[in-house]
Formats: sequence, structure tokens, C-alpha cells
Amino acid sequence: MYRYDEFDHAFVAERVEQFRGQVARRIAGELTEDAFKPLRLMNGLYLQLHAYMLRVAIPYGTLSARQMRKLAYIARTHDRGYGHFTTRQNIQFNWPKLDDVPTILDELADVEMHAIQTSGNCIRNTTADPLAGVAADEIDDPRVYAEIIRQWSTLHPEFSFLPRKFKIAVTGSPNDRAVTRGHDIGLRMHRDLQGRPGFEVMVGGGQGRTPIMAKTIRNFLPVDHLLSYLEAVLRVYNQLGRRDNIYKARIKILVQSEGAEKFAELVEAEWLQIRDNAVDLPMEERDRIAAYFAPPRYDDLPDVCPALDLAIAADRRFAAWVESNVVAHKQPGYAIATISLKPHGGIPGDASADQMDAVATLSEKFGFGELRVSYKQNLILPDVAKADLLALWRALDGLDLGTANAGRISDIIACPGLDYCNLANARSIPIAQRISERFTDLQRERDIGDISLNISGCINACAHHHVANIGILGVNKNGTEFYQVTLGGVATEDAAVGAIIGPAFDEWQIADAVEDIVDVYLHQRQTDETFIETYQRIGPQPFKETLYGTDQARQAG
Amino acid sequence: MALIKHGKLADNIWHDTDEFAELQALAPLGPVIVDLDIWRQHRDEILAQIARIGGRIGLRLTPGQTPDLVAADLDHFELIELQFAKFTDGRAYSQARLLRGRHGFKSELRASGDILRDQLTFMLRCGFDSFLVATDHQAEAILEAVEEFAHWYQPALDQGATIPALRRRIHGAAGASTADCAAAWAY
Amino acid sequence: MSNIQNQNITSNMIVQAITANRLSDGYVVYLTERNSWSEQIEDCQAIDDLAVADDLLRRAERRAADDLVVGPYLFKIDNQGGQPVPLGRREILRTTGPSVGTDLDRR
Ligand code: SF4
Repeated sequence: MYRYDEFDHAFVAERVEQFRGQVARRIAGELTEDAFKPLRLMNGLYLQLHAYMLRVAIPYGTLSARQMRKLAYIARTHDRGYGHFTTRQNIQFNWPKLDDVPTILDELADVEMHAIQTSGNCIRNTTADPLAGVAADEIDDPRVYAEIIRQWSTLHPEFSFLPRKFKIAVTGSPNDRAVTRGHDIGLRMHRDLQGRPGFEVMVGGGQGRTPIMAKTIRNFLPVDHLLSYLEAVLRVYNQLGRRDNIYKARIKILVQSEGAEKFAELVEAEWLQIRDNAVDLPMEERDRIAAYFAPPRYDDLPDVCPALDLAIAADRRFAAWVESNVVAHKQPGYAIATISLKPHGGIPGDASADQMDAVATLSEKFGFGELRVSYKQNLILPDVAKADLLALWRALDGLDLGTANAGRISDIIACPGLDYCNLANARSIPIAQRISERFTDLQRERDIGDISLNISGCINACAHHHVANIGILGVNKNGTEFYQVTLGGVATEDAAVGAIIGPAFDEWQIADAVEDIVDVYLHQRQTDETFIETYQRIGPQPFKETLYGTDQARQAG
Repeated sequence: MALIKHGKLADNIWHDTDEFAELQALAPLGPVIVDLDIWRQHRDEILAQIARIGGRIGLRLTPGQTPDLVAADLDHFELIELQFAKFTDGRAYSQARLLRGRHGFKSELRASGDILRDQLTFMLRCGFDSFLVATDHQAEAILEAVEEFAHWYQPALDQGATIPALRRRIHGAAGASTADCAAAWAY
Repeated sequence: MSNIQNQNITSNMIVQAITANRLSDGYVVYLTERNSWSEQIEDCQAIDDLAVADDLLRRAERRAADDLVVGPYLFKIDNQGGQPVPLGRREILRTTGPSVGTDLDRR
């Protein structure tokens, strides 16, 4: 893991002091709310429906056991005993008090964490493949580059008041586990003919009101030019992005109106002027950062593990968990385990302080004291010896963290929705709870197989419902909540935006509708087809007919 | 209105005009700030007037006007004013960097409009050296903000080494050794 | 204008109240009869006159800094058995808190 040096420490400490001063001036009445709001937002502090909410950055989703314990401590001491992990690999605390926040930030600084730029129209926390460093298909560790971007983008003097928020995602492998095309800038690593690593640069992706998949503006950018190229993209956007209408202010609209080719030309022209200037890091600095992400000292283990095979044969529930929640590791004898934060009927992404402490301990017992937060709002233990999987699962099971549903239908991504969020139109969490309660039968979930279901409480689409196989969007009709369904979204390399299937459902119909959709798939699928494959083959019509009846389906279609 | 220049309260000797006729009445000309339209329409007359009777001219760019438009004329201006219509409109940061960094503009670079205390360091780092704010009180508050950070990560137009440069100076070219990093795992 | 309990409110009248978030902790507060702020919706001042409502809102906005509250606004309420009940899910949730369990530790 990256460790702060004296400069990083000093920088974050200065930032906390600065915010402490701002809070004091706000409370003393020297700062108006209008002036304070952008300052608190740049420190991750929102004012939500019931209270403040503090969003803490978990850079590229990597956490140490010590950091996780600190999050538990903050949840217990300064909040109401829990935290919420988000799709952007951050954690949100829902009940901090304003004058406690500088103290919380001090606590975080203690473990090399902060809340800088988790909000506001600036470059947000850079996300990365949650399997960075351990995935078998990786070319290079994306966290090295995400950390380089984190440092470069922190309090950037030129790019802190952009037309709109700006999100960057990096993956170090050609397979995309970071939804790179859904970001303002997506960076996907490839090798050139000489075998050198570089990035495919995709620009202008985003969700929200106008979901658009990012366009590739450069097929291959050598890694050592990363920062100058990003600077060129940001400078073009800062000058030309629209500022007259917040719904048209994201870079995706600029890319769309200029056309990807023209936009690429503007970026290349700017880049030509700056590509040899000081912003790109020299190799030594890159290597200094990369050294922190060197692999841990793995034991030499045989890849086959008879004890594991026996345990799988002996326990159906454990077998199901291994099948859904464990994936292959690049190191023989090791595995990557997903800790589900989606117990049936639970709140997606929430973890209690006790659970956080417990997983911190498990990460030390069954790994090297490191954890990951995934885009799917789950936690990941990246380095578990295969022989330890049974003991790990037993421990997790006792903590209500052992649900065998990673990638299954109850592995729902849900935003906080109207239960917490000031911008929401409808609740997301109770809908997620009701739907997941319909699928408590392990066998049925296995049978349904790989599928994604995401629920956003408004068109901001924080739960990325557009790129879910089944997307649910909360809407408000005269103060009553309704839920619109989209089908066919895909979040991986072949990212696609789902299409609205028909009129919205009310809060009591929506779980039935999901079951109907699943039934259509189960009836229509051919051998081994996943939900999305069946949908892509048969199209929306059979789903419409089941959901709305034949007549209405014709109208709706 | 209060002016901060080079880190201190200062008198504002510049005045504004958007009327060319008014401009012509000045002898010697200025110090006066004109907008891009006037400059483009009357460039030669203004330069002739300065050549004849002397004078000082400054230019105001709106946030949408790229510095490229006046790149060839920069030597004529003793001041360029960039505007923050709203503090959330960050275009002037890029304009400032381009003026200073790309086009080598050396004279006074002034920020005006909605300037908050907490933006001052960003502005300094982008090359602004004077700030026109609404009140003296605001000016004093803004002056306090300058000292809050010792070092920054990214290179910009302020003096002082960046954090990556300081690291190289202190740790030498080798950076962190693998042994240091292995220790990180015990964290 | 008076406390909602001792007022005859006909069903087609638009009744409103003023709410804000408290600066110190962000908690939901309501403007009371006595121009103070209360966490209890029962204490809210029910306003059935649009002009008066706008006037009170403007005053609340002007005083927000001194009162240590943030972002006052009007919302519609209904009188149910002498109790002010907000109209619409959003304002209902603001009075009740999240509709989902936040007691994970007891789970
Ligand atoms: S999608 Fe809407 S409701 Fe959900 S968290 Fe984002 S802004 Fe809030």
C-alpha cells in the first residue's frame, strides 16, 4: 500500500487546519452558507435530509486493517455506529456534527486518509479495478497510476472550479472491472507492439440524465505521459465546457457537441504544447510510488488444495459461497474473496462499526492486512490462502457477512435514495431490501446466475442503474414514489446503456415486476445463457408482454 | 473596492473605460483598462496615441476570451485583468496559466469579481499577482489565507519546489527502497 | 396564523410551515409560533395565508445566519386530528428520519 511521507502528512494536516478555520468562521457567522458550501463540499461534507454527511475517500478502493479500524472508530464515536460504502469506493458517514468534522478529519489524517475532493466541481477520488495487484489478467497495477493522479489532482490550482464534477477510473487490465467507459476519463491499460504499457484514453462517459459511454480519443498513451495528457484534456474542458446549464456541464456534453474526433484534435493540440513540460513525473518518482504496491511476501503454496475440495464437497452453503464469492488469484494457492455487504433484506453497502473491526482482524488473519472496496459496494479480501477459505467463511457467516451472492441478483447496488439524500426523488434502500428478500433461496439465485440489478433514487444515477442488466430509477409523481425499469445495461468492457421497458411501477409492484423479468429469462434462456445474453438475443418484447400484457406492451413498445 | 498587489493592500491607479471617446480625451493616455472589443477596433489609434503623448494601457478579457487572441499584442499591456463572474467559474485560472506560462506575459495579472479568501492560493499559483475585491475587510481576510500551505503536488507558476521535486532532493534518485515498502505491509 | 391545533382548517386551504436544517448538526428544525426553531413538527407554525407565508420565509432567510440554521423553505402540511402532517414522501421522511433500520449493531 502507498504510505504517506512527510510531505503527504504535512499537506493533509495543513488541509485539516484550513478546514478547521473555515468551520470556525462559519459558526462565528463570518462566512455565509453560500460561501461556506463550496468549501465544505471540497472537504466531502454535504448537508443531507436529516443531517450532514461526510464522504471519505478510499483512494482506488484500497484500505489497510488499521484504516478500517479507524473507520469503525469514527462510526462508533462520531456517528451512529455504521458507515455506507459507495460505488465510487468511498465511505459515507450519515450523522457527523459540523464542529466534530475537523476532529474526524484529524483522526483520518492519522491513518493517511482524507475527504479532499470527494465532492465539488473538481477532480474526484480516482477509482480503480478492485482486483488491482492480484488479478491474473493484469498488465500493471492501476493503483500506481491512480495514486499518481491522486497527488497531481489534489488541490490543483487550475482545475478546482471546473464546469462540473470530474471522475477518472483506471484499470490495469484489458478486462474492465472499473466501468471505465462510464467515467469522464476512463484509462484502460494495453501493451504496444514493443510490449510497453500504455493507456487507451476514453473521454466523456457518464451516467445521470444523459447516460453516455466514453469515446476513445487515443488508443495508446505511453504511461510516462499520463499527467500531461490529463492536463491537456482538463484544460480544454475547463475552457470550453458549458457553464450555463448544470445538466449540460459534464465533459460528455462537450465531447458530444464537438464530436469525439474534433475533441481529440483539441486535446492533442494542447498536449503538443505541454507534453515535454514538468508535469509528467520522472521515472524515479513513478518507481518510488510503484514500489509501495509491490506484491506481499506470498508463501510458496501448491495451487491444488485438497482440504478446500473436501470442504466444498461437505458443505452446500460453503460450496455456494466459493462458487459466487471467490475468484482466481494470480498467485498459486491463493484466492480473492468477496465479503458481501448485501445480506438478504439488508442495506446494500452498509457495515456496522463491529463488522468493520471484525473484517480488519480477518484481513490480518487471512491475508496481509489489506482490504478492498469494490464498485459493487462489497469488501474484498485480496490474498486468502485457499486452505483458509473455510475458516474465513465461517467467521464471516457469524458476522452476517457470509452471504453467497456476489454477482447474483441480490447483490444489488443501491444509492442512499430518499432515506438520506437531499436530491432524491424516491427511496432506493427499501426497494433493494424487498427485492433481495424475494431471492433468499440459494439454489434459485445460483440458477439465475450472473446478473446485475442497480437502484438509483434519482436521475443522478449514483447507483449506475443505466449500466445494470436490470436498472431501477426512482421517480416522483406528485409526492408519490414510482420506479422506472431499464433492461439491457452492461457495465464491463462492452458497456451499454439499458432501455426503458415501459411505464413505471409503484413501490409495491416493483419487486413483482423484477420477479416477472427474471421468470421471462428463465423460460426463454438457452443452455448456459446469462440474463444479458438472453436479453440481447430475444430483445425487450417478451419482457414487455409479461410486464404489461400484450395490448399495453404494443402501446408501450 | 480594495486592491491587493504583491501581497499588500495597494492603491488602484488604473481606471476602466468602455468608451473609446473617453479614452481619447486622456493625455497622457491612461493608465486605463480597455476591453477586447475596443482594443481590436482601435488598436492602431491607441498605439499611435501612446507613441505620440505617452500612456499606459491594460486589457480586460472575459472568461470566454482565450489569451491566444491577443498573444501577439501582449507586450503592449502593462496589465491584464481576468474576471471571476462567479467564484465557481474557473475559466480564468486556465487563462492565467496560458498567459503566464505559454505566452510569457510578465506584467500585472489582475483578478477581479467574485474572489473568495479560500481561492487566493489557487490564483497565486496560476500566476495572478493582484486582486480587486469589494471591501477592505475582504481584502484583509484574503491576505491571511496565503500562508496556509507550505508545498504543493503539481508544478504551477508560483515559486517554490513541488512535493515530487522535494522528494527527489531529499531521498535522492532512488526513492523508497523495496525494503521500506515491505515494511508497509506490516502496517 | 396560530398553532394548528386550535385552528379550523378547511380541507382545500393550502397550509404551509417553514423548515430548515440546524447549522451545528444539520438536524431538521421547524419554525415555531414564537419565531424560534424546534426539532418537533408539532411545534411548527401553520400558515394558511400565502402572502404571510412568503413574508415569514423572507424573514426566516434574513435571520438564518443569526438563528444558526441553513436553507429555510416552505412546505405543505395537512391537519390530521390536530397533528400537522407533511404532504409528500420527502417531508414525511424528514420528520421521521430514514425509513430503514440504522441499528446494524443490533442486527
Ligand atoms: S442517485 Fe440521486 S438519490 Fe441516489 S444518491 Fe445519487 S443523488 Fe441521491
